[in-house]
Amino acid sequence: MKKPRLVLIGNGMAGVRTLEELLKLAPDLYDITVFGAEPHPNYNRILLSPVLAGEQTLEEIVLNDWSWYREHGITLHAGKKVARIDRASRRVIAEDGTEAAYDRLLLATGSTPFILPIPGRELEGVLAYRDIADTEAMIAAAARHRSAVVIGGGLLGLEAANGLKRRGMDVTVIHLLDSLMERQLDPTAANLLKISLEQRGIAFAMSRKTEALLGDEQGRVRAVRFADGAEILAELVVMAIGIRPNAELAEQSGLHCNRGIVVDDTMMTYDPRVYAIGECASHRGVAYGLVAPLFEQAKVCANHLARFGIGRYAGSITSTKLKVTGIDLFSAGDFMGGEGTEEIILSDPIGGVYKKLVLKDDKLVGACLYGDTADSSWYFKLLRDGRNVADIRDALMFGESNLGDTGHGGADKAMAMADDAEVCGCNGVCKGAIVSAVKSKGLFTVEEVRKHTKASSSCGSCTGLVEQILASTLGGDYSATPKKKPLCPCTEHSHEEVRTAIREEHLVEMASAMRYLGWKTPDGCASCRPALNYYLLSTWPHEARDQPQSRFINERAHANIQKDGTYSVVPRMWGGVTNASELRRIADVVDKYRIPTVKVTGGQRIDLLGVRKEDLQGVWRDLDMPSGHAYAKALRTVKTCVGSEWCRFGTQDSTRMGIELEQALWRMYAPHKVKLAVSGCPRNCAESGIKDVGVIGVDSGWEIYVGGNGGIKTEVAQFFCKLKTHEEVLEYAGAFLQLYREEGFYLERTVHYIGRVGLDYCKQRVLEDVEGRRALYARLQDALRDEPDPWHEPEKAKVDLRQFKPIPITVKDPAYAE
Amino acid sequence: MRNDNDRNIWLRVCARDEIPVLGARVIRREGGDDVALFRTQDDHVFAVIDRCPHRGGPLSQGIVHGRSVTCPLHGWNIGLDDGHAVAPDVGCAQVFQVRELDGNVYLRRDELFAADSPVALSCSS
Ligand code: SRM
Ligand SMILES: Cc1cc2nc3c(=O)[nH]c(=O)nc-3n(C[C@H](O)[C@H](O)[C@H](O)COP(=O)(O)OP(=O)(O)OC[C@H]3O[C@@H](n4cnc5c(N)ncnc54)[C@H](O)[C@@H]3O)c2cc1C
Ligand code: SF4
Ligand code: FES
Repeated sequence: MKKPRLVLIGNGMAGVRTLEELLKLAPDLYDITVFGAEPHPNYNRILLSPVLAGEQTLEEIVLNDWSWYREHGITLHAGKKVARIDRASRRVIAEDGTEAAYDRLLLATGSTPFILPIPGRELEGVLAYRDIADTEAMIAAAARHRSAVVIGGGLLGLEAANGLKRRGMDVTVIHLLDSLMERQLDPTAANLLKISLEQRGIAFAMSRKTEALLGDEQGRVRAVRFADGAEILAELVVMAIGIRPNAELAEQSGLHCNRGIVVDDTMMTYDPRVYAIGECASHRGVAYGLVAPLFEQAKVCANHLARFGIGRYAGSITSTKLKVTGIDLFSAGDFMGGEGTEEIILSDPIGGVYKKLVLKDDKLVGACLYGDTADSSWYFKLLRDGRNVADIRDALMFGESNLGDTGHGGADKAMAMADDAEVCGCNGVCKGAIVSAVKSKGLFTVEEVRKHTKASSSCGSCTGLVEQILASTLGGDYSATPKKKPLCPCTEHSHEEVRTAIREEHLVEMASAMRYLGWKTPDGCASCRPALNYYLLSTWPHEARDQPQSRFINERAHANIQKDGTYSVVPRMWGGVTNASELRRIADVVDKYRIPTVKVTGGQRIDLLGVRKEDLQGVWRDLDMPSGHAYAKALRTVKTCVGSEWCRFGTQDSTRMGIELEQALWRMYAPHKVKLAVSGCPRNCAESGIKDVGVIGVDSGWEIYVGGNGGIKTEVAQFFCKLKTHEEVLEYAGAFLQLYREEGFYLERTVHYIGRVGLDYCKQRVLEDVEGRRALYARLQDALRDEPDPWHEPEKAKVDLRQFKPIPITVKDPAYAE
Repeated sequence: MRNDNDRNIWLRVCARDEIPVLGARVIRREGGDDVALFRTQDDHVFAVIDRCPHRGGPLSQGIVHGRSVTCPLHGWNIGLDDGHAVAPDVGCAQVFQVRELDGNVYLRRDELFAADSPVALSCSS
């Protein structure tokens, strides 16, 4: 069968990244042809600056060499510029007459540098800064001439100026405004930057308008003249005053353009056969000029080209760093502030440090850092995630480390760390091991680092740090993790996309979900199967069928596996209350099954450790107590204090409230484990402040807190609401937990769920929307109706009882006779 | 089994259907490590020593996917057909030859009852 033909115009960063993504999804779908105006294979344009500065070579920045195209059967026309697209006959025609027919066309023509329309612009020695040819011309000029002028004090202009200075030229930067990089920096930071560049010997002509370029007899530029008549010497002029989406070709072919080729959220143009991506595309009115958003677009576009048709690109928030060695500068979002925003500023002009954070409605919306960018990735994460920062506002400026973090999100600690400093406490991986793996094995993503070193593969609290070590080892910021992370390597789709598809397409079986979502493996892996199983069950209770083989062993055996292969058993003790008969039964079980260890847990109950798997059923039966679900992503304990029944300070009957909550919510599976606590007064002896739902009795009723966590990183729960009656506590707590059950990502605790969607959103859904709250609680009750206790109704709970019976082999006869 | 000779070599351990699809059963050997019997989605049966090359985790308790199993203790992936840990992890678990006939599963007697399990046999390559 003949394959459909895909033609790519533009052999640059966005276009080729799309091909890479496409080949991962559907390696054999298309016959692919690429036209590239430059006579080079695909290279990393970002790194032209280090090349100019003499820090890297052109060979080093090639991303896909010639053999890559060959290996993937891609026809590459390098050095051939496409002159015309004939959409009627679906052909593209290059300047030299080469033609290619297409079924799908991808436009990734990048942008064209803007050239000032002034006299002398055509003189020899007048350049833009865009590609290898420009860079080579600048390097050649630096070898022969002395004076250079860079017009434009933006990111690109300053990197050019720095590179030329490093190559020994006298450089003057001309800027039309009085502040450098005005689109990325506020005036204070810009001034610090200017001072620091001046110290490196770069001169500035600020607030100056260039009127003309003057040439010598040979037609080479010799000077620049300003509007006020003054002149300065210039044997090389680099114009870096902006770029324009390169949409000419598309426009000529009749595609709708408006400052770029107009695309929808799937990166499709007005012609459904034609997609556009990268700097040439205009998405929701924005043409991006940095690679991180382009890479996100590439993922989505590839998904549609591969005919999966479910990704959507919704725009990006971008951040900027200046690649001038020794200068730390970062800006992101709305750093100027304005109406309705608040600013937190730290300024230390002598130390050369300036930080400005812009907040709006308790969220970080912009950041501009100069001199100390240690916390830039943390701020950027807060910004992208839209996390509510009211709770950490006071500490925000002092950075993440000040929050007493064990490494969450990370900070630019990476650079400062010694090689033998431990990065991943779970797997004992040091920085040096990561750096050497990145270098020797050519790793590019956190996922790869995880695979090769195991760092950040367990609790994940060091992911941010690993990301930074990766970034600082690779250099450049282009590989920053996109906001949407695939659920696991079996798929391109994020948790969000998977949840949405299961809900909207009414998928009730794992196999059909995998098929619909284009899973890359036939039966998933140990990461995605448990997640899918949970999503199916929580979205379609009573309809989706549980798949025990897709659960972690603990949830399959209904006990916790121990390091020696035995199991632990934690029976449920409602609200931490027990009695003589339960304790007697426990004691008998311990004797009968010779259980080596009995321990009181941190969750107010009793743990029997070292039970053999064959004995589990007997232990459950003889205990005759409900399953404690200590092994499950489910409701664990509801801790209580003694409360008003005995305690001289108690204002409410916290023990009874706790038991009621536990009896209403037990058997409730969730994205992660769920822990509750109820205290009888604000002394809070049950530690309600670090629970997923914490309840604290006060004279007039109950205060509810949500999103606490006492584990890997302690998080204090946030105040949610105040209620009067037990019934209200049950309904509100239940509704909140149901919301989490329906929307949380697998292995996301409530604190992280709230961090992602915002506390305000949870309040709106549970507190303000009265009908919605009742419906949520009703859905929870419906899901829990009939939910069996796996210890005592194993058939109903689909426990595979065969697992408790090993297959015995007794023949020991050396003759092997039967 | 076709003949007595076969019967002397191969021992029937169970019916295939006694192993859950995407799951495992444990064969308990006197005087030796347990053997885990796995059944994959595409209905093949594999036998691997029930000891993870990492720190001895019971592989039979892991999650089966494709042609591998993920150890329940620290998540190594072990290939079911060759016992090798999936890269980048390094290690190997002994595998046993399996024969399936009329829905029954057979293992080699000599491999099962070898005095000291020749762990290295399948791993030496
Ligand atoms: C038994 C117990 C320790 C004890 O002897 O006291 C315990 C034991 C384990 N905890 Fe825990 N945790 C126990 C209370 C806690 C508490 C305290 C509490 O619940 O009040 C916490 C902090 C509170 C919290 O979760 O917010 C706690 C935070 C963790 C965490 C970190 C969770 C997090 O989100 O940061 C893990 C790892 C995980 O779940 O991924 C964990 C994981 C584990 C595991 C399941 C490790 C594992 O995967 O095998 C341990 C199982 C041992 C076993 O077989 O019994 N355990 N663990 C406690 C059982 C309580 C119970 O009755 O059910
Ligand atoms: C010096 C420099 C430094 C930069 N630093 C950073 C940075 O630090 N961080 C960051 O995020 N971004 C940086 N950028 C921007 C980044 O490089 C671009 O955003 C990115 O390369 C755009 O990708 P693209 O595929 O859209 O365009 P390009 O990479 O420009 O690719 C477009 C390609 O299409 C070709 N083409 C155009 N028309 C035709 C035609 N008609 N026929 C055939 N081929 C055609 C062009 O020759 C070009 O090769 C930098 C850019 C430069 C120039
Ligand atoms: S803290 Fe929890 S997970 Fe860690 S060793 Fe103790 S019981 Fe195990
Ligand atoms: S024992 Fe198997 S992964 Fe550690």
